[in-house]
Amino acid sequence: MRPEDRKYTKSHEWVKLDGATMLIGITDFAVNELCSGNEGDLVYCDLPEEGRQLEAGETFGEIESVKAVSDLNTPVAGTVADVNAAIEDHLEILSRDPWKEGWLIRIKPVIKTLDGLMDASEYEELLAQEQH
Amino acid sequence: MNRTSIHDAHVALGAKMVDFAGWRMPVQYGPILDEVRSVRTAVGLFDLSHMGRVFATGPDATAFLDRIATNHCAKIPAGAIRYGLFCREDGNPIDDLLVYRDGENAFFLVVNASNTAADLAWMREHAAGFEVEIVDETATLAMLALQGSGSQAVLQAVTEGCDLASIKYYRFAHGTVCGIPDVRISRTGYTGEDGFEVYVPDAEGPRVWNALMEVGGEHGLSPIGLGARDTLRLEAGMALYGHEIDGEHNPIEAGLSFGVSFAEEKGDWIGRAALARVKESPTKRLMGITTKGPRVPRQGYELFDGATRVGYVVSGSVSPTLETNIASVYVDIGLDDAGRELELDIRGKRQGARLQELPFYSRTRK
Repeated sequence: MRPEDRKYTKSHEWVKLDGATMLIGITDFAVNELCSGNEGDLVYCDLPEEGRQLEAGETFGEIESVKAVSDLNTPVAGTVADVNAAIEDHLEILSRDPWKEGWLIRIKPVIKTLDGLMDASEYEELLAQEQH
Repeated sequence: MNRTSIHDAHVALGAKMVDFAGWRMPVQYGPILDEVRSVRTAVGLFDLSHMGRVFATGPDATAFLDRIATNHCAKIPAGAIRYGLFCREDGNPIDDLLVYRDGENAFFLVVNASNTAADLAWMREHAAGFEVEIVDETATLAMLALQGSGSQAVLQAVTEGCDLASIKYYRFAHGTVCGIPDVRISRTGYTGEDGFEVYVPDAEGPRVWNALMEVGGEHGLSPIGLGARDTLRLEAGMALYGHEIDGEHNPIEAGLSFGVSFAEEKGDWIGRAALARVKESPTKRLMGITTKGPRVPRQGYELFDGATRVGYVVSGSVSPTLETNIASVYVDIGLDDAGRELELDIRGKRQGARLQELPFYSRTRK
């Protein structure tokens, strides 16, 4: 079971309330789709500047593996308050710990709600369908 | 979805299986880049049973193939193999293929899995007026490849009645493999390494696969998926249908003139006039680039000289052999000089790239 302290998107990002801000990352499934369990296959991650304003659903960065490039999308609107700059040089963090150490950006949300996103059990159901 | 006879062995090895051209195929067993290195330094085993295999026989087989293929089939010595393409009248290919000459009017063709149905339809459509029999043997034959310097030792260990050392590059012979008589063995491949491709009855696929895996152990043999195969062929400068060649990219500009014959004796063939015009005045040329930075060039990315678009990527990959990222690109004639510094547009961001001739990798000849 994935962590229940956060919400999930269909495009395999997670969002977690953290005080007045929200942390956004990608799930273990997303990481594995890109690199098939081989952390060395991740080659590049591009994250936004602090202060950038994002609409809900907007692409804020890209992550790339030997095989493919994926957009990183924010499910919530807000301002980028912080980025996890360590990721850009240490992509292996994402395969080791996508849930805590592997957060990507911290957002100061326009509205502090995660309504409409999936909880962990709903996300598990989505994965079960995708893997079918 | 089709499964090769070796499917369950791939799953047992932990392969990541994907749908490819109507087949469930192993894309990788472990890290793709490690699989590339295994073939470059030791030996790799591939299941290629998805490839189309077709016999063309009959009194007019040679004349028929010289009408629809770009290479000069009448000139192929028995026991030899040549590269060619099936092109439309406009000179753009339907597919590329290997032509094995079994006899005066007997040929064995190996075509791409993704195009097998189109090839068969094209061949049958154009067979009118020729006494030729076209038989699809894809489902009855498993196809395995050994690639890498250890290939001969591994295959010889399970082969009797055939001295593999005597088979020259792009030649084939028959031998007893794992006790199966009369197996077609060719010194061919798609990696830039020495190696062999063997064709056994489909039901024997798993047994031959397992025997080669076992014998290969002491030679450092690894199973290799389609992911590494794509990087290996790109490093070696080999074209892939859907990338360097397709319905809009002709073989002349792709640098495949060695597989296109304008010899008088061949007579007229489908696409000849169009390709003769391209040969006279090509507008672009297939070259290579190496890029500066971690990002991987991918099909469709565009190349710029300042603000001017001068070309585009048709295949790209991380290259573990060159330890840089590489791509095959079409570049406008006039700007196609090796060493030229250009910029690649990667999803809106520019990255430096340097033009070079293909191939990126060529094995040291012994």
